[in-house]
Amino acid sequence: MIDLIMKLAYFVASILFIAGLRRMTSPKTARSGIVWAGIGMLIAVGATFLLPGLQNTLLIVTALFLAAVWAWYQGKRVPMTDMPQMVALYNGMGGGSAAAIGAYALVNALQHADACSAGAISGGHDCLHGIVGWLAVIGAFIGTVSFSGSLIAFGKLQGWIDKRYTFPGQHIFNALVTLAALWLGYLVVQQPDAQLIIAFFVVSFLLGIFMTLPIGGADMPVVISLYNAFTGLAVAFEGFVLGNEAMIIAGTFVGAAGTLLTQLMAKAMNRSLFNVLFGSMAAKGEAAAVTGSMKPIDSMDAAVQLGFADRVVIVPGYGLAVAQAQHKLWELVKMLQDRGVDVKFAIHPVAGRMPGHMNVLLAEAGVPYDLIEDMEDINPQFPNTDVALVIGANDVVNPAARDDPNSPIYGMPILEVDKAKNVIVVKRGRGTGFAGIENPLFFKDNTRMLFGDAQDVVTQLIQELKEL
Amino acid sequence: MIDGFASLYIFMLAAFLGFEIISKVPVVLHTPLMSGSNFIHGIVVVGAMVALGHADTTVEKVIGFIGVFLGAANAVGGYVVTERMLEMFKSKKDSKKDSNAKGQEKAA
Repeated sequence: MIDLIMKLAYFVASILFIAGLRRMTSPKTARSGIVWAGIGMLIAVGATFLLPGLQNTLLIVTALFLAAVWAWYQGKRVPMTDMPQMVALYNGMGGGSAAAIGAYALVNALQHADACSAGAISGGHDCLHGIVGWLAVIGAFIGTVSFSGSLIAFGKLQGWIDKRYTFPGQHIFNALVTLAALWLGYLVVQQPDAQLIIAFFVVSFLLGIFMTLPIGGADMPVVISLYNAFTGLAVAFEGFVLGNEAMIIAGTFVGAAGTLLTQLMAKAMNRSLFNVLFGSMAAKGEAAAVTGSMKPIDSMDAAVQLGFADRVVIVPGYGLAVAQAQHKLWELVKMLQDRGVDVKFAIHPVAGRMPGHMNVLLAEAGVPYDLIEDMEDINPQFPNTDVALVIGANDVVNPAARDDPNSPIYGMPILEVDKAKNVIVVKRGRGTGFAGIENPLFFKDNTRMLFGDAQDVVTQLIQELKEL
Repeated sequence: MIDGFASLYIFMLAAFLGFEIISKVPVVLHTPLMSGSNFIHGIVVVGAMVALGHADTTVEKVIGFIGVFLGAANAVGGYVVTERMLEMFKSKKDSKKDSNAKGQEKAA
């Protein structure tokens, strides 16, 4: 009877997960989607307490409670701009959990090795044969890689690790580490041994670090999405080990959805997944040298240009989000609208740190949906635009991606602001962007540079506009 | 316990379902969807609970405890973050309504 209730609960939870994620694919129903999935999770966790012979209930409740309090507090506290790294962190923890289940199964098999026939491995208290042992090891491998890799991704986005660590022969080295991990996994399945198990986890952990360190910050969203899919797969494999249908379905489902999402993201940045993982962003030839000089402008002249323009297109980037200037910017836009200026926002698919990230940040500031234009819609409008105001964006408006076949970002779709009559670029300093590439836009004749923190600059522009 | 081939079928069907559901999504929703699917694999906490629930030795208990902690953090954190992201769509829709209403007022 209890068994039936549990199976039923997992069944309902699986339906709620799938239906919930389905609802999240449309802006209208998205918010109810996460609630559905959340109810599914509560049902599944609640039902698990019914498991016959469940021991250590106090330990379980303590772990659940501590994790819930910590994660809830962190998740509520973090600013919207830091969401991507929080996703990375939580995803890594999920991978770590899957790895822990694998470790448990292996240790358990080790301790009951005598009771089980040779070549078999135990999960729970049953001896499970052949394939299940493999699944436990593969799940643990993927989960551990996802765990350490996600932590590195978190560190990179958080700014704790700001360098790309590359050395010659890195790919061969990583391939050898992968082989070593798999070989140790093979040995662990064949002959469970405490030291082998530890070595297996250590090597897998190191592999996640080595894999992620050489990848540049600009590619991190794709990598996080990939590790998200990894964790899903690891959960599915460990679900097979435990015979838990909810884990199999939810894990596989997320693994597949995450893989496709990763491809979509890579496509939006015009980078193949292979390139992200193995082709460290090195230019094939010498990128065309940038000629000319940056021409600065002060906020008064900029305000005049904006105030007397007919059409203004604003291109917000991560710099805007970091400076928390989206609210001030919306104030500026409303002032311009009152003066009869036609203002639009142009959003690059990967503006911010992730696809859709900038839309979320602007929505938070109260910018209406209909002012925000996608890249395909806004690009033909730039020639008719009087002023393109680029705030804290760099690589997504770099004309080299369109014109210079030797540029490392060649082929990435860009917002063609250089075709506007005038361009004002708000930028903190003269340095290069996230991808570390020089931007010819800044040196063009119709471009003026307005140096300063986005928040300060926008505040000054508002002041100057008031006095016009 | 489900037998091998039934699990294989589940695996295949769930994989196709995952591909199908994500295949037609606006770019705006990519980040929330990644976050939402991140929440859903938080189901791993259930497996970790089973593992800890069957743990006898200290080593097993420690591993199980870490597993439950990490899994629960994945689930709870994933939920909170996703909910906050999607909260933004509410204000977006409402502000759209507002601007529509304003537009209608002007027209009137």
